[in-house]
This record gives sequence, C-alpha cells and structure tokens, in this order.
Amino acid sequence: MAALALVIVLAPLVLANDYFYDVAILVGLNAIVCVGLNLLIGYAGQISLGHAGFFGLGAYGSALLCSRYGVPPLAALPLAAAGVAVLAFAVGRPILRLKGHYLAMATLGLGVIVSIVIANEDRITGGPDGMAVPPFTVLGHLVQGEQAWYWLVGACLFVAVWLALNLIESPAGRALRALHGSEIAAEVVGIDSARRKLEVFVLSAVFAALAGGLTAFYSGFVTPDKASFLHSVELVTMVVFGGMASTFGAVVGAAVLTILPQALTAVREYEMVVFGAVMMATMIFFPRGAVPTLESWLRRRSS
Amino acid sequence: MSGQWVQFLASGLTAGSIYALVALGFSIIFNASRVINFAQGEFVMIGGMSAVSLVAAGAPMPLAIAGAVAVAAVVGLLLERLAVGRARSADVVTLIIITIGASIFLRGLAQLVWDKRIHALAPLSGDTPIEFFGATILPQSLWVIGVTIVIVAALSWFFRRTLPGKAMLATACNRTAAQLVGIEVRTVLFASFGLAAALGAAAGVLIAPITFTSYEAGIMLGLKGFAAAILGGIGSFPGAIAGGLLLGLLESLGAGYVSSAYKDVIAFLIILAVLFVRPDGILGAVRSERV
Repeated sequence: MAALALVIVLAPLVLANDYFYDVAILVGLNAIVCVGLNLLIGYAGQISLGHAGFFGLGAYGSALLCSRYGVPPLAALPLAAAGVAVLAFAVGRPILRLKGHYLAMATLGLGVIVSIVIANEDRITGGPDGMAVPPFTVLGHLVQGEQAWYWLVGACLFVAVWLALNLIESPAGRALRALHGSEIAAEVVGIDSARRKLEVFVLSAVFAALAGGLTAFYSGFVTPDKASFLHSVELVTMVVFGGMASTFGAVVGAAVLTILPQALTAVREYEMVVFGAVMMATMIFFPRGAVPTLESWLRRRSS
Repeated sequence: MSGQWVQFLASGLTAGSIYALVALGFSIIFNASRVINFAQGEFVMIGGMSAVSLVAAGAPMPLAIAGAVAVAAVVGLLLERLAVGRARSADVVTLIIITIGASIFLRGLAQLVWDKRIHALAPLSGDTPIEFFGATILPQSLWVIGVTIVIVAALSWFFRRTLPGKAMLATACNRTAAQLVGIEVRTVLFASFGLAAALGAAAGVLIAPITFTSYEAGIMLGLKGFAAAILGGIGSFPGAIAGGLLLGLLESLGAGYVSSAYKDVIAFLIILAVLFVRPDGILGAVRSERV
C-alpha cells in the first residue's frame, strides 16, 4: 500500500512531459478496472469476457447524463455507475449460474450486445464516430491539464486498491477465495456462494463503469471501441499477465500492457506481432503471472 | 412470401455451415486438451487469404484450396508445438490468454505477409444465381452446404471407423484411461490442432467468395464459431453442427424479419436465453461437479 502511494507520488519525477503524464493516466484508469476485475477473476474464480461493456456503459452513461441532461459531472459519474450496478445485478444472477467456458461465452455475449447497441444507436451515441464529452468540473472548478488529471486518477486508483485489499482480508473476501476453491465445499460451510459471486460481479462492474466515466471525461471523447470485445480481452489479459489473485499484480499488468503498445509505436508494422508474442511468451514461461512469479523468486533468493 | 422464407433459410444454412465447421474445430481441440482455442478464427482467415494468394500466383483452384488448407494445418501444428503444448499444466484462463495472444500474433503476421486490404476469391462455379422456389441462391452457397456435408460425413467416418479417430475420441472421454491403453495422448493433442486448423481453413476458403476476406476476417467468424460450439454444448460434435446451423438460421431470420443491424444482438440474446435454461448447451452432457 505504502509502496503504491510512493510510486504514485514519486512518478511525476520521471514524467518528463505531457505525453508521459498521458500514458501514466491511462495506466491508472486501466489499473482501476483491473483491480476490480481481479476480484472477480483472481479471487472469486469467475471469468468475464464482457467487462468492456460495463466500461463503455459507464463512459457513455456519464457523457450522456452530462451533455443531454445537464447533470454535473461529479453526479453523472456515480449515477452512471449506479445504472451499471443495477444492470449487472439484474443479469448477474442467471449469468453467474454458468461455469467455465459457458460463463466466458455468456459474458462475451453480454459485452458484444452492449457494444453493438452503442454502435447502432447513432442518434443517441453518435454511432461508430463516437461522441464528444463535456469537460470535467468539480464543484465549479474545471479539472484540466495532464497534471491535474494525474493526481485525480492517482487518488482514485489508491482508493480502489485500498478498497480491494480491505475486501480481500474481510470475511467476504475469504468467502470468495473459498468458493474459488470449491463452490460446493464453500456452501457446505455456510457461504451463500450465489450471493457472494453476484456481489463481487456488481462491484467489479462498478469499478469498470467508474473508470469508463473518468476515461470519457479525461479524453473528452468516447467511441464504441471502448466497449468492444477486444477491449474486454485486453482487460482480462492485463489481470492474468500481472498475476491472478494479486491486487498489485493487476496494477502491474495494467501498467505493462498499457505502456507496451505505446513503446511499440516506433515499429508500427510489427506492433501486433510483438504484442501477441509477448503475451504468449509471458503466459508460457510465467503461467502464474508477473508479480506472483517475481515474489516467489525473491523469496527463494532471500532464504 | 414463401420465396422470402426460402431465401432466409438458404442464407442461414450457408452461414450456419461455416459456423458449424469453425465450431467443430473448437470442439475437437477442446476435447483433446480442454483448451478453448481463440485463434480458431485466424485459421479461417489464413485459409481464405492463402487461397487468394495461391490463385493470384497462378495455381489452379483445386491446388490453391489444398494448399490453403495445408498452410493452415501447418500453422495449427506449430501453434500446438510452440505455444499451447508447452503450457499444458497451466490454468484454463492462462491457456485462453495464450490462444488470444496467438490470434493477435497471427493477425499481425497476416498483416505483414499480406496486407490490410479486402480480397475477393472467385466462386467455384460462376456467380449466376439459381432460381429456387422463388428465391435466388448463389451457386457458392450450394458449394458451402455441400462441402460441409461431405466434411461432416468424412469426419464421422474418421471418428467411428479409423484407429486414429477412435484414439482421439478415447482421449476426449478419459485422458488417463486412454494413456493406459497405449494411446499417445501427446500425439492426439498435436493432431487435433492440425485437424481443427484444416477445418477452419476449409471454412475460410468456402466463405471467401461470398463475404470476401482480409487479415481481420477471422475475429467475428471465430467468435461466432465459439458461440455455436457453446450453443450446441462444447465438446459435442453433433452439438457443434446443430449449434452452427441454428446460429446461422437465427441470424438470418433475425436480420430478415427484425433488423439487419441487430442480427448479432438477436443471435447473442437467444444464446444467453438458451444458456440460462440449459447451462450446458443444447446437446452438451449435463455434468455434475465432483467434490
């Protein structure tokens, strides 16, 4: 926790210009989604290939509330997230009855449906061209410029990690890990696994929606790409890459996989090939993810 | 009215046959390795693009088709040998990420080897539409449906009557037991990737004259194939075929009678509804969890 705070506070020392700040902000926003998604995938053991749908709904929801209905941004953000929470709650119960690949398919379907609806309802959402998002104001003060956004996103990430770590150490977190091990065994010791799964599903959807809303306000523009299947896949990859069931792993995964494509822009034609190869190689050689592998290596060195 | 209905039926069966072939590939690999191969759609793309290149290089159509299927099969075998086979002890989610990485890698490679443009492949027997009960059907549609029937018959013979086919089924049924009776499980896994890739490539070659092909053509076809396999019950061969045809028909009827922009939404909504009622797919085995 202290380490994360230190990184957030000290990072500006190496962020030489606005471009670096921009990348750091994107890392922070993705990390918020991944911390939530990691609770679902890493701790509760339920995969979701549709979280970009929640991300997109959070982004478009905040943007529309703001631009169409004149809701102040600070209220639009939680309102959109609340809407996403209601949706996740409604679809969560039947979806979470499914297991393994069937769950992957159902969440994927959900995400695809959301992204097609967003792309098709062009009178409301601007369709494939996307829509402009009003600037972000807090109590009448305009938040603008990379530095201001950096501190805002950094603070949000810090709170998200703090919440996740607290949840994991609470009885609810232990219940999640128990049902990851064996759902039936968890129920035998009195855990309402359906309810626990639903709660963490809704929580992770809210994290995604909030990050989506913030992303929309930050970039001032939102396109249906944000809700696409490929974005869902990217998010899951970040979680698995960093290491499942590791909150800091989720942050590291988000950082590496956000920075990598930026670093690869120098070799544009080879970007996809290198990105795919790195993904495969990491998963083959460090199947448990970067952070858990590094941790056990350090432990072995020190003993 | 009835002509319109026949029209939707024909286009649904055409798309459905393609989905069925892709879904069979998903099921074959799943049975051998419990892996959902998200790179399955890229085999379809590689098949279509290779055929386009071979024809452009002057190869006669039958040779181009055989070559395209062979190229994809080699890529499939390499994928197993170099990537998936090396991480067999890994978690299911980890394996999914490996195959997603492979699909991005293959798409990037296709972009380098070929280009980003959309290519057309000449139909197998002209493009004069055939009148049929008031509907107009492209000859290529008949090829798609016909060749799919032949492939399914051949596969069924392979799995029922030949020793390698039976060995694959046995491995799918129980890996340890198969190993105990002397089946090289490792080889079965290897071969299943080649077979699945060849099926995907065949689908890619068949559909390329109708929908065209590009380095991105595999994404949606792969997703649809996965959806079809899940709809029918993953790992079940009759399920994959039924799921593929059903998905094709649903899409075509949805596009025709409700909204063409929302045909994918309709298809996915119905899949979700089916999964809520039957969480193991239409023809999937109902499993119980061992504690």
